[in-house]
Amino acid sequence: MTKSNFSNALIAALMAGVLVAPVFGLQIVSVGLKTSLKPQWNMILAGMAIVFVFQMIRPWLRALAGRRMALPALPAMTEAGRHKAIVFLILVSLVWPFFGDRSQVDLATLVLIYVMLGLGLNIVVGFAGLLDLGFVGFYAVGAYTYALLYHWAGWGFWEALPFAGAMAALFGFLLGFPVLRLRGDYLAIVTLGFGEIIRLLLTNLYSLTGGPDGISGIPKPTVFGYPMLRRAPEGVTTFHQLMGWKFDNQDVIIYLYLATLCMVFFTLFVSTRVIRMPIGRAWEALREDEIACRSLGLNPTRIKLSAFTMGATFAGLGGAFFAARQGLVNPESFTFIESALILSIVVLGGMGSQVGVILAAIILTVVPELAREFAQYRMLVFGLVMVLMMMWRPQGLLPVKRPQVELKV
Amino acid sequence: MTDSLLKISGLTMRFGGLLAVDAVEFEVKRDEVFAIIGPNGAGKTTVFNCVGGFYKPTTGSILMEGKPIDGLPSHKVARLGLVRTFQNVRLFKSLTVLENLLVAQHMHVQTGLLQGLLKAPSYRKSERQALERAGEWLEFMGIRALANREAGTLAYGHQRRLEIARCMITRPRLLMLDEPAAGLNPQEKQDLQALIDRLRREFGVAVLLIEHDMSLVMGVSDRIMVMEHGKPITTGLPAEVRTDPRVIKAYLGEE
Repeated sequence: MTKSNFSNALIAALMAGVLVAPVFGLQIVSVGLKTSLKPQWNMILAGMAIVFVFQMIRPWLRALAGRRMALPALPAMTEAGRHKAIVFLILVSLVWPFFGDRSQVDLATLVLIYVMLGLGLNIVVGFAGLLDLGFVGFYAVGAYTYALLYHWAGWGFWEALPFAGAMAALFGFLLGFPVLRLRGDYLAIVTLGFGEIIRLLLTNLYSLTGGPDGISGIPKPTVFGYPMLRRAPEGVTTFHQLMGWKFDNQDVIIYLYLATLCMVFFTLFVSTRVIRMPIGRAWEALREDEIACRSLGLNPTRIKLSAFTMGATFAGLGGAFFAARQGLVNPESFTFIESALILSIVVLGGMGSQVGVILAAIILTVVPELAREFAQYRMLVFGLVMVLMMMWRPQGLLPVKRPQVELKV
Repeated sequence: MTDSLLKISGLTMRFGGLLAVDAVEFEVKRDEVFAIIGPNGAGKTTVFNCVGGFYKPTTGSILMEGKPIDGLPSHKVARLGLVRTFQNVRLFKSLTVLENLLVAQHMHVQTGLLQGLLKAPSYRKSERQALERAGEWLEFMGIRALANREAGTLAYGHQRRLEIARCMITRPRLLMLDEPAAGLNPQEKQDLQALIDRLRREFGVAVLLIEHDMSLVMGVSDRIMVMEHGKPITTGLPAEVRTDPRVIKAYLGEE
C-alpha cells in the first residue's frame, strides 16, 4: 500500500462527503408550519467510509479484474452446429410459454417487442451510424396507427399491422429529409425533438387521439378471424367455441406471445439478410466515411433514408404489438426514457450485433421486473450499469464479428 | 479537340476573402497522365475538390466529354467515371479489405430489396460477380492475402494500394490521385509508378495526379501543370516544366 494511494482515498472520501451531504445528509423536518433542515451525520460518514474503503482496495480489485476479464463471446461453432443451436432456440422459444405462468409469458412478449425495437434501432445507429434519440416516435406512430384504425374504423389487428409498419416507415422517411445534412450531436438533438413532437401531437390532438387519456379497449389479435374473447358479440364465433375449449385467459396471452415471436423472427430474418446485402454494406460504409462514399458514387441521401425507413418500420410493427398487448395506448408510454432504453439495448448489446441486441433486450427488460422492490433505484442502477459498461466494455456484450463475407485466399 | 476527356476553363474558387483557385485552365486527354504540381497551399487539392463535385466552384466550367459537370453532387460525378483518392487515405477502416471493394461496386449492382431478401438467382449472380471482381483486383494489386483483414489494420502502403483498387473497381475513365506517394518508401514509390503505367495501359484510364515527389511526377506524367497561389504558372511536357525559370522560382524562391 503506497502513501499516494492513502491520500488519494482520503481526498476521494472528502469529495464524496461534499457530494453526499446535500443529497442524503440533510433531512427536511417539518413541525407544524415550521420546516427545518436536520443534518444526518451518520449517513454522510457512512458514505465517506464506503468511498474510502473502495478507493483503498481498488488496486487489488483492478489486479483481480485484469486476471479474469475473459470477455464473453459467442463460442466458435461450425455452420452445422450453429444451425442446430438456432433450431433448438427457436423450438424452446415456441414451446416454453405452454409451461410458463401468465405473468412470465406476458413479460416475454414485452421482451420480444423490445427485441424488435432494438433490431430496428440497430440498423439506424449500429449500422448506418446515425444517432437517433427519437426512435420512440416511430414506435408511437405504429401503436397509434393500430389504435386509431381500430377506434375510428373498427379494424382488426392483422389488417392494421401492415399499415402500422407503413405509417412508421413514412414518418421515418419524412424525418430523414431534414436531417440528411446532420451528423452526430446535431442529428441526435433533431431526432430527440422529433420524438417529443410526436408525443406532444398525440397529447394535444384531443379530438383524434383522446389526448392524455389515449385510446383504450384495443383488441388482441384474432386467430384467422376468430376473436379470443370470453363472450363474443352477437353472431361471432370465438376461437374457444370453434375449438370446443374452455375459455382461458392464459391462451390469449400465449397466442399474443407466439404472434409477437413470429414477428421477431420476421424482423430478424429481414435484418440479417439486409445487412449482408449491398445496401447493408453501404450503411456501414456511410457510417465509416461519408465523403469516401460519395467519391465512389454512393448516394448518401438514398442510403440514409433507407436506413431510417427500415428502422422505423420495425419500430412501427413493434408499436402495433405493444398496443395489442396493453389494450391501451396513451402518450405516457412514449416518453424520451423509452428512446433511451432502446438506445441502451443497442449499445449494451454491441452496436451492430444482432445477438447482442436480443440479449440486451432480455436483460434490460427482465432485470427491472425481477427487482421490482428496488423500483425507485431502477434508473440509478441503470445509469451505473451503463457507466461501468462504457468503461470496461465499450464494444458491448457481444460485439459484431467480422467478416460477414470472406474471400478464400 | 475530340480526344478531350476533361476540360476545365476559368475555374475560380473563392472562400470568403481567400481566392484559393484563380482562373485555372487545363485539359486532360484520354489515356493521358496529367499532373498538377506546386508548393503547399497552391490550390491543387481545391481544384480536385471542384472537379469531384465536393466544392461548387465560384465561376468557371468543367466539361466531361463536352458535358458540363460543375455543380453536380459528387456521387453523380463519380457515376460519370471520375473517381478520386484522398490525400489522407479514406478507407472504410472497420470494414474488411474485401468489403471495401464490394461497397465500391455499389453503383453497378442493381438488386431490389425483395430479390436480396429471397436470395433470388439474379441477386446471387450479381453478388458472386462482385466477389470475383474484388478478388481479381486484390490479385492485381498483390494484396489478395489481406482480403479478410480490417482495412484499418493494413500497412500504410497497402492502404494506399487498396484505395486505388477501390477506385479502379468502379471502372472510372478518369482516376484522380491526390498525393498517392505521400508516406510511401522508395520501393513503394517505384511500384506506384509502375502501377500507374499499367493502369493506363491495361484499363485505358486517364490519370489526374497531384504529387510532390518529383521523380514520380517526371517519370509518369505526359504533361504537367504548375500552380502557385491558386494560379497556373505553366503547363507543358515534363522536360519543359523542369527547366522553366518561373517554376524554379516558385519552388526555390528568388535569388
